[in-house]
Amino acid sequence: MTGLLLLIPVALGLGLVGLVAFFWAVRNGQFEDLEGAGMRILIEDEDSDA
Amino acid sequence: MNAPSHVALGQPLSTTLFAVPGMRCAGCIAKLENGLAAIDGIASARVNFAARRVTIAHQSSLDLPALKAAIAGIGFAAELVPDIAAVDDREARRLVRAMAVAGFAAMNIMLLSVSVWSGAEGATRDLFHWLSALIALPTIGYSGRPFFQSAWAALKHGRTNMDVPISIGVTLAVALSLFETFTGGPHAYFDGAVMLLFFLLVGRWLDCVMRDRARDGVTQLVRQTAAGGYVVIPDGQTAWTDARRLQPGMTLRVAAGERLAADGEIITGSTAFDLSLLTGESAPQLRAAGNIVYAGTLNVSAPVDVRVTAAGADTALADIARLMDAAGQGKSRYVRIADRAARYYAPVVHALAALSFAGWMVAGAGWHQSLIIAISVLIITCPCALGLAVPTAQIVAAGALMRRGVLVKDGSTLERLAEADLVAFDKTGTLTLGRPVLENAGDVPAALVPPLVALAQASRHPLSLAIVSAFAGHGLAVPTLTDVKEMPGEGLSACWQGTAVRLGRPAADDAGLAAAFEAGGWPPVLLHFSDALRPDTRVAIADLGRLGLDASVLSGDRTAPVTKLAGELGLDAASALSPADKLRWIEGRQQSGRRVLMVGDGLNDGPALAAGHVSMAPSSASDVGQNAADAVFLGDSLLPVPIAVRAARRTMRIVRQNFALAVGYNLVAVPLAIAGLVTPLIAALAMSGSSLMVIGNALRLRAAA
Repeated sequence: MTGLLLLIPVALGLGLVGLVAFFWAVRNGQFEDLEGAGMRILIEDEDSDA
Repeated sequence: MNAPSHVALGQPLSTTLFAVPGMRCAGCIAKLENGLAAIDGIASARVNFAARRVTIAHQSSLDLPALKAAIAGIGFAAELVPDIAAVDDREARRLVRAMAVAGFAAMNIMLLSVSVWSGAEGATRDLFHWLSALIALPTIGYSGRPFFQSAWAALKHGRTNMDVPISIGVTLAVALSLFETFTGGPHAYFDGAVMLLFFLLVGRWLDCVMRDRARDGVTQLVRQTAAGGYVVIPDGQTAWTDARRLQPGMTLRVAAGERLAADGEIITGSTAFDLSLLTGESAPQLRAAGNIVYAGTLNVSAPVDVRVTAAGADTALADIARLMDAAGQGKSRYVRIADRAARYYAPVVHALAALSFAGWMVAGAGWHQSLIIAISVLIITCPCALGLAVPTAQIVAAGALMRRGVLVKDGSTLERLAEADLVAFDKTGTLTLGRPVLENAGDVPAALVPPLVALAQASRHPLSLAIVSAFAGHGLAVPTLTDVKEMPGEGLSACWQGTAVRLGRPAADDAGLAAAFEAGGWPPVLLHFSDALRPDTRVAIADLGRLGLDASVLSGDRTAPVTKLAGELGLDAASALSPADKLRWIEGRQQSGRRVLMVGDGLNDGPALAAGHVSMAPSSASDVGQNAADAVFLGDSLLPVPIAVRAARRTMRIVRQNFALAVGYNLVAVPLAIAGLVTPLIAALAMSGSSLMVIGNALRLRAAA
């Protein structure tokens, strides 16, 4: 039983972390442009002074 | 990725959204973002590749034409995305959040349930039930809202829909499980209730994504008719003014190639106007001082000043929009197949549950036992598979159609498309390409081709454009002409290596769609043009005939060309129809029980598109046409029309199969539930099993189009 008391909150907590991370990603527009994100890897960063 | 800005700090920035359909690769993203950010007055540019859009943050002093020119300077054609068309994806986001919460909760509750099913007893079982309740209650409050709200709205209006049995089932299941938890009973249905919500939210979300995605595609293609115009201000200069701020009495200076933003009267100058947006006819009409011109029409040849007589909601364009609105009302009364099914389903389910309660009470099982059985009947019949049956099939089919170049605006389009039994085509721009094509390019002596192309390039007249495109790709070295003049209604003249060249109206008036080209001592060349049929038109019409759809032509054009074309294609024809006539024609047919599929493109087809049982527009259509139509097809070919009809019918077959699967599952599960044999474990297995079956069946539609 003591094991359960520790493990259940841990399991729930990890799940919650995932849920919060997902919400954060949606809110920050991480899913806005799925195709473009893949393509941006191919863009050379030009040397700029800024 | 945003390059250094050239914008002074502290200046107010505006953001403008442009659709750039031409971007194809990572290079385009880099070119657009870096190129735009390097321009004075632009703070930053951000490309959304999936939506083919670029968002520009810029100083308010940069106006719309300047931004458009900036994008054109980088090598891309861009169109403003109007505020009203900006996609509202709030509903999809709300559903995604609800789905994420339900998914999280379902997984955790299932974890606890598995240990209960594996034989946890006594204090452990009670603890697990309490934990499940703790997770399930807020989840149902949050994720269940879309269903509760919709069910409540339906009940308030005395109707019922799929959400009513869902809401009742979920609420009762949770209430019963809470009671069981309080009393330390063996069975709690928290897992079933939450899993049900999760599956249903998946279906609901798919439905919503499909709508948004197609609307995205459509707004992307929308050509802004006229966002505004240059108003002559008292000191003789001009200032860009938004269409919303135009007022009667203002004077607009309309350059060649620009669309009018308001109705008005020409005060100086004369020019040809392309009225195809209003009449569907592509040959430009001459308009001079004193003539009335309409918003949305295109000035083809020379700059004119126009005094605004009506702007905004008072224009002829807005009148047609209102006609369309009214015509579209009938379509909004269409009842989706899922809701029609719910109309029969809900009463049966509720009657069954009530009967099992009464039956077990009579049999002396006691009210607690009877209630549990009645509720398990409700849970097991909860239309989980039914909720997925329609949206999964429709989204898979819409995806298949999208790959074939048909953008379907929502699921009900496919349902209505499958029912169509009569198809009405507009002529110009729908059966034909809507742009003149040069027929006798070979008649032009080779030596005269370069000056002809050079002269044609100087004008935006449709015939000039046709000449340019007929000779495009020949690798011509186009000579420079001097003294180019465009005389509205007459044609172009210029000087080529000391020779006078002229391209214009032929001497004979009965030459049809033609132009004459004269150069010095050469004999004049008569150029013939025709508005060519779309490729595959005959095949497409024959194919529609095989599908049992009779075809007719509805055109606003004159009778002679319409009957000629209809005769060639073997179709019935009605010609010289006003937008209201087309609307009446369609309403007449529909009142006699036909289901009309309207295919049209112009503004003059708008009301007909809105009134048709279902409607399609080519992507070359006016934005009004594209907005009014239920589906938009890309490319020149007309084949997507029969392809879409066939795919819609296959989709409905799969939907009906899915219904049959769902009902079949109920035929097995309901007797078990009535017999009192259903435990939460069986409920969970049956529910996910039937859902997976329905999804698997829907996936067969991937090759539907």
